[in-house]
Amino acid sequence: MKLNTDPNMDNPDDFYEMLIEFHRNLSDEESVKANAKLVLLLVNHIGDRDVIAEAMAIAASKTETAK
Amino acid sequence: MLQTYRYTEYPHRISEDQKSGKTAHRPVVIVGGGPVGLTAAIDLRLKGVPVVLLNRAATVSIGSRAVCYSKRALEIWDRLGCAGRMIEKGVVWKTGRLFNGEREVFNFDLLPEPGHKIPAFINLQQYHLEDILIGRATELGVDIRWQEEVVGIQSAADRVALTVSTPSGNYAVAADWVIAADGSKSAIRDFLGLDFFGQVFKDRFLITDVVMKNDFPPERWFWFDPPFNPGRSTLLHKQSDDLWRIDFQLGWDADPKEEMKPERVKPRLKAMLGDNVDFEIEWVSVYTYQCRRLERFRHGRILFAGDSAHQVSPFGARGANSGVQDTDNLIWKLKLVIDRLAPDTLLDSYDEERVAAADINLMNSTRSTDFIVPKSAMSRVLRDSVLELAQDHAFARPLINSGRLSLPATYGSSALNTPDEASFNRGPIPGAPCPDAPVTAADGKPEWLLNRLGDAFTLLFLGPAENRTVKGCKSVVVGEDVFDTDGLIKERYDGDQTAVYLIRPDQHVVGRWKQFDQAAIEAALQKAKGRQGIAK
Repeated sequence: MKLNTDPNMDNPDDFYEMLIEFHRNLSDEESVKANAKLVLLLVNHIGDRDVIAEAMAIAASKTETAK
Repeated sequence: MLQTYRYTEYPHRISEDQKSGKTAHRPVVIVGGGPVGLTAAIDLRLKGVPVVLLNRAATVSIGSRAVCYSKRALEIWDRLGCAGRMIEKGVVWKTGRLFNGEREVFNFDLLPEPGHKIPAFINLQQYHLEDILIGRATELGVDIRWQEEVVGIQSAADRVALTVSTPSGNYAVAADWVIAADGSKSAIRDFLGLDFFGQVFKDRFLITDVVMKNDFPPERWFWFDPPFNPGRSTLLHKQSDDLWRIDFQLGWDADPKEEMKPERVKPRLKAMLGDNVDFEIEWVSVYTYQCRRLERFRHGRILFAGDSAHQVSPFGARGANSGVQDTDNLIWKLKLVIDRLAPDTLLDSYDEERVAAADINLMNSTRSTDFIVPKSAMSRVLRDSVLELAQDHAFARPLINSGRLSLPATYGSSALNTPDEASFNRGPIPGAPCPDAPVTAADGKPEWLLNRLGDAFTLLFLGPAENRTVKGCKSVVVGEDVFDTDGLIKERYDGDQTAVYLIRPDQHVVGRWKQFDQAAIEAALQKAKGRQGIAK
């Protein structure tokens, strides 16, 4: 596995707040589009097919929610 | 009527000030008899200042309010001589568990290392805590005036005139200094017409206190989307006397009156606890919350502390714990000003340091709230994605925010600090609170470093002092006065034996030096007393 899924953010709360702020005044439609652009930018920045494929596999898998 | 606690009613007694019919003059009047007002009173008495404390109520805090007290607050109360009773009565804990649905996704240990006198947290009902504080305040001669309320206030350059209402009429008292510790609905704040800016959160929470005997561990359990409260959160805490605190998120549309009815609360609790658990409901209430603060905590001779100055959401235990750090910061400064050993501008540093601390509390509390109660569809999707990913992927776990629990403030940018000139590998930076460590006294008795640092300006020498001292500072010398029992002073400060720390009366670091430097330390001491630029 080339994708790093270990904690890699020095202050996770700062990053999470950035994401919340990123969407703060957007409509749902605008949010979806902004997310898509964000993904494209990060995909380009990472530039490694294998890493992206691994991330996609995790993101698409349906986690069974314990009930 | 509570099953596990009986309230003492304190009668109103006519004070000398009221009897005299003249305006009495007092150095300090504290308005408010909650944990913050009482702590301020105890600290002042220990420093020899006479204290009048006005308490509007006839008894201690009613019902279920503050529960979690942090290590730092307890260290402050330990210095004031009453943490032992709290820890004995409270429930000690340090582990938090987070559940998504029924599955545990993450847990955290708030004090993973040994060698600290005070635990990470205790849980204790606020009325028990106040009883202990009242006991200590009474021992020390605090003049607690029950059932007395400020109904008028007038500030002058040299004093504050208060009109006090009592069950037997009004009287007037003048104070050099007023500490407004009169809570989130502060009357003093209203009298002064001060704005209390911030954010109201659109959600309601049901608080229940339940008496039950079981062997659940004393831990903080937090559920996102549990089967017994689908789509919302629930929090469980153990308190003393087999009392359990359970908070259910209800949503903004919930009807508080309906939700508080026993026929609604009981099935809710049964769904959570199971049919086989016997419990009795002791307290039910519904609350909403706000995150806001005053622009400034000092208004001339009136000093705001605790909830009157800042209010946060309950996630993170940042209410009472920050209020106690307010008074810890304030009282030594006020004592120096009262004794004319520092200019009154030193009190501006109270404002500066505690406003910065309040902003960190507000930021953390707002972030937790954004996670627990997402405000938009996108926030909710992000939150739920974090929870799903956290089940299998480590990176997502630290993103889960059910409340970041109160940590001591570091006054890193305070004007009272003297910045490092040499680089230290570790240890508390200027403005940070001193970490504790076990020590051995010269007579061989086991003790704790923080108890030895006390409540005066102190020089902590990490190795032999060779008779070097600084006027106006007490010295604690490692290897002479105390011995580093487990090598933890070396680890938690700096390995270098020649290093010296200058420590404030509230046990925050002023500055530190690799080598003793008399002139530099004397200058740092003056600066920490707000006397920079003022002729000695």
